[in-house]
Amino acid sequence: MSAPATAVPGAGAAAPGTGISISRVGYEYRPPRGRPVLALENISLDIKDREFVALLGPSGCGKSTLLYLIGGFMPLQQGSISVNGRIVTAPGPDRGIVFQSFALFPWKTVIQNILYGLEKRGLPREECRRRAQHYIDLVHLRGFEDSYPSQLSGGMKQRVAIARTLATEPGTLLMDEPFGALDSQTRTIMQDELLSIWRRSPMTVIFVTHDVREAVLLADRVAVMTARPGRIKALVDTRFSGAADSAEVVRSREYADAVDHLWTLVREEAVAAGAGGRP
Amino acid sequence: MTAALMLWRALPVLILAALWETAARTGLVSEHALPALSSIFAALGGLSAGDLYYHTARSVGRGLIAIVAAIPFGVAAGILIAWYLPVRVLLNPLLQCLYPMPKVALIPLTIIWLGIGDVSKITLIFVGALVPIVMAAFNGARGVDRTLLWTARSLGASEVRLLWEVVLPAALPEILNGIRTAIALAFILIVAGELVIANDGIGHMINMWGEAGHYPGMFAGVIVISAVGFAADRAWVALSAWLTAWRQ
Ligand SMILES: Nc1ncnc2c1ncn2[C@@H]1O[C@H](COP(=O)(O)OP(=O)(O)OP(=O)(O)O)[C@@H](O)[C@H]1O
Ligand SMILES: [Mg+2]
Repeated sequence: MSAPATAVPGAGAAAPGTGISISRVGYEYRPPRGRPVLALENISLDIKDREFVALLGPSGCGKSTLLYLIGGFMPLQQGSISVNGRIVTAPGPDRGIVFQSFALFPWKTVIQNILYGLEKRGLPREECRRRAQHYIDLVHLRGFEDSYPSQLSGGMKQRVAIARTLATEPGTLLMDEPFGALDSQTRTIMQDELLSIWRRSPMTVIFVTHDVREAVLLADRVAVMTARPGRIKALVDTRFSGAADSAEVVRSREYADAVDHLWTLVREEAVAAGAGGRP
Repeated sequence: MTAALMLWRALPVLILAALWETAARTGLVSEHALPALSSIFAALGGLSAGDLYYHTARSVGRGLIAIVAAIPFGVAAGILIAWYLPVRVLLNPLLQCLYPMPKVALIPLTIIWLGIGDVSKITLIFVGALVPIVMAAFNGARGVDRTLLWTARSLGASEVRLLWEVVLPAALPEILNGIRTAIALAFILIVAGELVIANDGIGHMINMWGEAGHYPGMFAGVIVISAVGFAADRAWVALSAWLTAWRQ
């Protein structure tokens, strides 16, 4: 029941050996007790190098699962995934991830959390410190360097997690609702920061969100997933010509149209997810 | 803490002490069964400080050596059992047998195998302390949030580093609790071992005075070892809180 995609034909085709290539991926959770859950079914998606793709879909449709598979955290059961020409078999520093649950090390302070990945890179100590401080400033957490995660609000933790991942400057950035815990002002600021970082650096981004406007604003393309088992329902091109700053984009006609269109697609699936009587 | 608050906290103990003293003084209970507190403290005062210090030091020394040895072994075993299936297959049955076994039942065996000296006593305490530490490290290591492990792996941590840098600190609160249990268990085993056969230690003193019918002295021994146990527990709780200050 794949709806007609709005994407320009061939827009997703990556040059061989670059970008992310997801081919016929399926995934079933098999808990030790209880029934198996089919989370993903026949997902195929090609993402070009340096492309920014947003992933939209109702809760429980398998968005996080797909990110985990690209990250190499869970063994693939079906299909294949390759990133920059390399088949994904394990996690690696080429793919940075921001988890939905932040996953901060609670026994490390803010700066220690951020330094952890940097020190693994074998960078000189001074360079690590400098970079860590740079990204702390970037997410507006100056003054909280020595706080433990338990002393931070949800939104602050989320920003630490973002800084930790960005600081290692991965070629592929996987973000699982990274702005979900932020208030709308902070969110807008972080969206702009992310866009400017992405424009400056050679980075492919997959960005999971519930927020249709956010998806349209940030992404080159938006992939809409169906209710569980997750499949790609539609791919919508959302790169607007010549739009430089986001304030301008959100006032444009194209933006409004794309948001409307995606809303319709997402709502269908949200309804389906509700009617599906999920456990 | 203010003096008033400390007094308030100590109140139940003080009331109990007063009841004890009156019961013994009025002859409500026989002097043999329960000597008056005052005579126990008199006996305590009558002991030479050197003797008391020596026997206490011997008891505590045995426990300390055993615990200090049990911690690295127990933590490493617990984490490896949780992490590597072959280790689990190998060690789990042993652990399952050891867990419900009353360790005091091993005293005759340790004496036959290792003699009546310090080695058999320390071994007994070591085995007893090992079990709760292994259990705690195992449970702690199994309960680590998978996204923490994934984060470390994606930032480039090797497997060995992962155990050291993520699993161990994540399991630390649980491990510290397990060691607290081990300390309490160690005190039981210290005294039990010394009661059975020993030339020194608080358990040995309690035994001697009991056999000689010197009950205030016997109770004095009980009070000393209890006080040491209490202090050790408080000290461990304080150290644990300091080590896991990041929790809030
Ligand atoms: N560890 C697990 N064991 C069993 N089932 C799981 C497990 N994790 C996820 N699932 C199931 O897989 C489906 C997809 O989960 P996933 O977390 O990928 O959804 P999601 O799209 O990220 O949802 P959300 O937007 O709420 O974060 C869910 O329906 C869930 O029931
Ligand atoms: Mg999710």
